Amino acid sequence: MDDVVLTSEDKAALEELRSQLDRYEKSTANLIPILQMIQEKVKFLPPAAIKMVAGFLEIPSSQVYGVATFYNQFKFNPPGKNPIKVCLGTACHVRAGDIILENFERKLGIREGETTEDREFSIDRVACVGCCALAPVAIMGKTVHGHMAPSKVEGLVMRVQIEREKAERERQKNESGQN
Amino acid sequence: MVKILVDNKHIEAEDGANLLQTCLDNDIYIPNLCYLNDGQIPFAGCRLCYVQINGKPVASCTQKVAEGLEVQTDTPEVRSLQKAAFRLLLSVHDIKCKECPANKRCELQRIGKFLKVGLKVKGLEVRLKDPGLDSGHPYLLIDQNRCVLCGKCVRVCQKKHGHSYLTFAKRGFETVISAYRQPEESPLNFSECTACIDICPVRALLLKDV
Repeated sequence: MDDVVLTSEDKAALEELRSQLDRYEKSTANLIPILQMIQEKVKFLPPAAIKMVAGFLEIPSSQVYGVATFYNQFKFNPPGKNPIKVCLGTACHVRAGDIILENFERKLGIREGETTEDREFSIDRVACVGCCALAPVAIMGKTVHGHMAPSKVEGLVMRVQIEREKAERERQKNESGQN
Repeated sequence: MVKILVDNKHIEAEDGANLLQTCLDNDIYIPNLCYLNDGQIPFAGCRLCYVQINGKPVASCTQKVAEGLEVQTDTPEVRSLQKAAFRLLLSVHDIKCKECPANKRCELQRIGKFLKVGLKVKGLEVRLKDPGLDSGHPYLLIDQNRCVLCGKCVRVCQKKHGHSYLTFAKRGFETVISAYRQPEESPLNFSECTACIDICPVRALLLKDV
């Protein structure tokens, strides 16, 4: 429930929501469909959206929050560019997937379900991704990383950061080359 | 009026009355945390008010009084169920009675004494929430590790204001009572209504000093 810094895109998406809401009948039965629509469009439910829905349906925002937090499909933090999913299914649990999760959390300084401030990484916990032979498993973006170990956590995060710096340098080089 | 038998004591009560309330009215104490005498469908969440009817355990708050009902409130089976439920509640409770504003008038202390269960549970992993203190609301402090999730605050608010400004949020072990943050929409600067704070059996809800 921490404050999320909204980007201009988020704000635009929220602005658009206002007109979208009118399509729905003012009934609490529409609460979940509305939340799903917002999740789809904004990719998460910022406090401003919760307030907007509460105002629209004329119910306290705490009720909207209560319903939304019950379901895993609703997120309260924006997705990171590199979403990390750590598997804690049975096999990964047995092979200490929780240690991998903890390593990611410590390395990135965020907790499960949260996103780093620069929106580069987000961590989620999932239950079985279907390749138990590779336990413990983590997924970053669309790549499955099997046989995870604390040292690999370090490596994965580092690789993304290095690639990002490299892209940044090349961009600067191109810009200076054009001038 | 119908006659029922509770622990070999004859009691007269109205047909269809709530069994837990009937027992309490007749000085037969049954431990309970979540029961509210408000005529609504009982929450039946704390699982402490078990009694035995025809040998079967029943949560007495969900049982209606009927002619000839025979109820036992003090069998080993009942006590064992109550103790198990109570111990589970304590395993997620931050036991700091000396610092707690509810000390000496706490429902948990009363029930612990009644069931002869020490408040420090043995053999169960203690799971506390982190952070335990929810200070997100401008006027309300919620100690999540003191809260027993009885939901009385939610229901009392619902009844008074038509819809509740407090709610259950999240799920499973992470379930909490949340007031979200709604300074502008709540009538709750708490100068007018402190129903939720007053009803809390363990004083998990407190007014902030503002």
